[in-house]
Amino acid sequence: MKASIAAALGAGIALAAAGAARAGTLDTVKKNGVLRCGVTTGLIGFSQPDSSGAWKGFDVDLCRALASAIFDDPTKVKYVPTTPVDRMTVLLAGDIDVLSRVTTVTLSREEGGLMFAGVNYYDGQGFIVRKDPKHEVKSALDLGGASICVQAGSTTQGNLVDYFGSHGIKVDVVTFGTAPETLAAYDSGRCDVYTTDASALYSQRLKMKDPAANVVLPEIISKEPLGPAVRKDDVAWFQLVSWTLHAMVDAEELGVTSKNVDEKLKSNDPATLRLLGVKGDLGTKLGVSNDWVVRILKHVGNYGESFEANLGSGSPLKIARGLNALWTKGGLQYSPPFE
Amino acid sequence: MTAASPGLAPVRGARRARPARDLAIQAALILAIGAALAFLSLTAYRHMVARGIPLGFSFWNQPAGFAIDQSLISYGPSSTVGRAFLVGLINTLIVSALAIAISVPLGFVVGAARLSPNWIVARVAAVWVEGLRNTPLLLQLLFWYNAVLRQLPSARDSIALWPGALLNQRGLYLPRPVPAGGFIFVAAAAIAGLFAALAIVARARRVDRDGRLATGAITYALAALVAPPIVASALSGAPLTFDWPAPGGFNVSGGLHLFPEFVALLFGLSLYSSSYMAEVVRGGLQAVPKGQREAASALGLARRQTLLLVTGPQAMRAILPPLTSQCVNVVKNSSLAVFIGYPDLVAVFPGSTIERTQAAVQVMAITLGVYLVLSVSTSALIGLYDRRQMSRGGR
Ligand SMILES: N[C@@H](CCC(=O)N[C@@H](CS)C(=O)NCC(=O)O)C(=O)O
Repeated sequence: MKASIAAALGAGIALAAAGAARAGTLDTVKKNGVLRCGVTTGLIGFSQPDSSGAWKGFDVDLCRALASAIFDDPTKVKYVPTTPVDRMTVLLAGDIDVLSRVTTVTLSREEGGLMFAGVNYYDGQGFIVRKDPKHEVKSALDLGGASICVQAGSTTQGNLVDYFGSHGIKVDVVTFGTAPETLAAYDSGRCDVYTTDASALYSQRLKMKDPAANVVLPEIISKEPLGPAVRKDDVAWFQLVSWTLHAMVDAEELGVTSKNVDEKLKSNDPATLRLLGVKGDLGTKLGVSNDWVVRILKHVGNYGESFEANLGSGSPLKIARGLNALWTKGGLQYSPPFE
Repeated sequence: MTAASPGLAPVRGARRARPARDLAIQAALILAIGAALAFLSLTAYRHMVARGIPLGFSFWNQPAGFAIDQSLISYGPSSTVGRAFLVGLINTLIVSALAIAISVPLGFVVGAARLSPNWIVARVAAVWVEGLRNTPLLLQLLFWYNAVLRQLPSARDSIALWPGALLNQRGLYLPRPVPAGGFIFVAAAAIAGLFAALAIVARARRVDRDGRLATGAITYALAALVAPPIVASALSGAPLTFDWPAPGGFNVSGGLHLFPEFVALLFGLSLYSSSYMAEVVRGGLQAVPKGQREAASALGLARRQTLLLVTGPQAMRAILPPLTSQCVNVVKNSSLAVFIGYPDLVAVFPGSTIERTQAAVQVMAITLGVYLVLSVSTSALIGLYDRRQMSRGGR
């Protein structure tokens, strides 16, 4: 948190001192030769450094996709760890080009000066408790009098108060500034309950002493559409980030994957040919090369591939697609047409 | 400057000229800093407007919408952001004040012990200082917090320290006194009793010149201390009742609750600060000329008397200024609270309200302002004490 204060302070100074005329973000990124991407300090499946120190995860894949589109090289990314408290300030101060870290789209956040480029994961807030045969908890409504650990600076804090307040249930809320300390306090028994986005509960459970001794309760108490955010003052950059998300979803819809993308270049489906830049000049108009989606698919893959590898069957989390299935399969993921 | 010796006249003239020049330099400096600040604020303001970042302080009266578990004033999620700020500020002040109150005397004892001719005492003090000073405070806080948490029993297996006092991972629960209407009389009687006891002790001391108290005086003083509140409480119908802590489903409910986050922060902060203060005290004592100690022993003063009457008072002049900055450090270091879940100003205000208000710049500016004011006023307070001591001739 000291770091986040320093960051926030730095942000204030940067806001004061930044040059008045700013070049477009895309030009700056190209000039720097690297994309600066804000991620978490570590959340398995979304953004977490692996044993060799390379960042991996579903949110990291968006940064890699952008770097692929811009540089044809997914490694040209500088990852900047952020906490929930400092993430927006870091973005607004211009220390990162895009924030890609389990951040919920809300109106007040957009009013605060940023813009969400879409939703890459539909989530909701949940609760995890220790299994206890002597005191069985089946529902969040059984939590009267419990101690709940929560991380500061999140939508989680407010939802918690709203939910238990409206049900007339009294709970003790213990608030920590950082994710590892929140988790450690729950795991050591200081709290009976740990609450955050449901996906993060499954992820954090992997870091607990005995993951199997903890259960996620059935209640989902909020809507947490998570998505990447950019500054409000650069529409062209906003569009590139937003259509990068769409491209990965559209590719899944059209059945284009990292494996078959070369064949698909010879497809006779007009929508596929437009997406891959064989026809038209959509990419060039966005300020990247016309084969930008081909680059994204080759280096990163489509939405479904990224999901399965990081969060789904190919990962330790084994999260089902659920709301994040394509709209054609009963989910909410939907891409506007590439026309 | 009251001496009117003619030989001093030219010096006085020079002194008179200096303030005017000093004043001009100071004014110019303040103006320059002010202008720089104004320029920076103005640019920040322009950029905030350009980027659509909200300005203003209307968020102050908005409902805070988040919970705080430790508060000395009444607070709930529907309280305002301003109220939450106050809760955080009070929590910072309390833990800092208590940590200063513990670490200063501790620092004096350890600092003096480092110079002890007793090898073991000096070694223990040296290990204390070096061990605490050379590891990061954050690690120490996390260690104390987790060590405390791990050792204590779970909430369901609370241990009863003595009837009515429960201890578990969630903290220490004591009976909470609940004063009723007539309690003011009991309180008044207790205060009167305290003064009476002090007077008895003071008188006995004066009579008994070698500083020891006669047993009789102690008995009288104790009686004067205890009897008035008991009598008053009997007369006014026992206006003080207790709220006893009771084990519940998850947690103990009721009673007075001391949180492990608070205890760990207070403990860790006090120990860490005491090591720096001990070094300050040692430095101060060593700065007293050796002749003073030799003179004292020539007069037949014992080591303890030398320390308390001769070297100690003289060392205070060297000790006080750096000690002040250590006290300021305690206030600043208390902001690590957020790592162990204690709701201090930083945890509550930037920590939780930025998300609710989206006013990061304003919230940070207010927080920094508070720390600035706290630091400056802590220094000022101790400076004042320092000057008073000086004018009394270093005692
Ligand atoms: N989606 C919510 C919650 C986000 C959040 O607090 N996530 C935690 C979940 S563990 C996190 O990212 N922690 C990792 C970190 O602080 O680096 C929000 O946007 O406020």
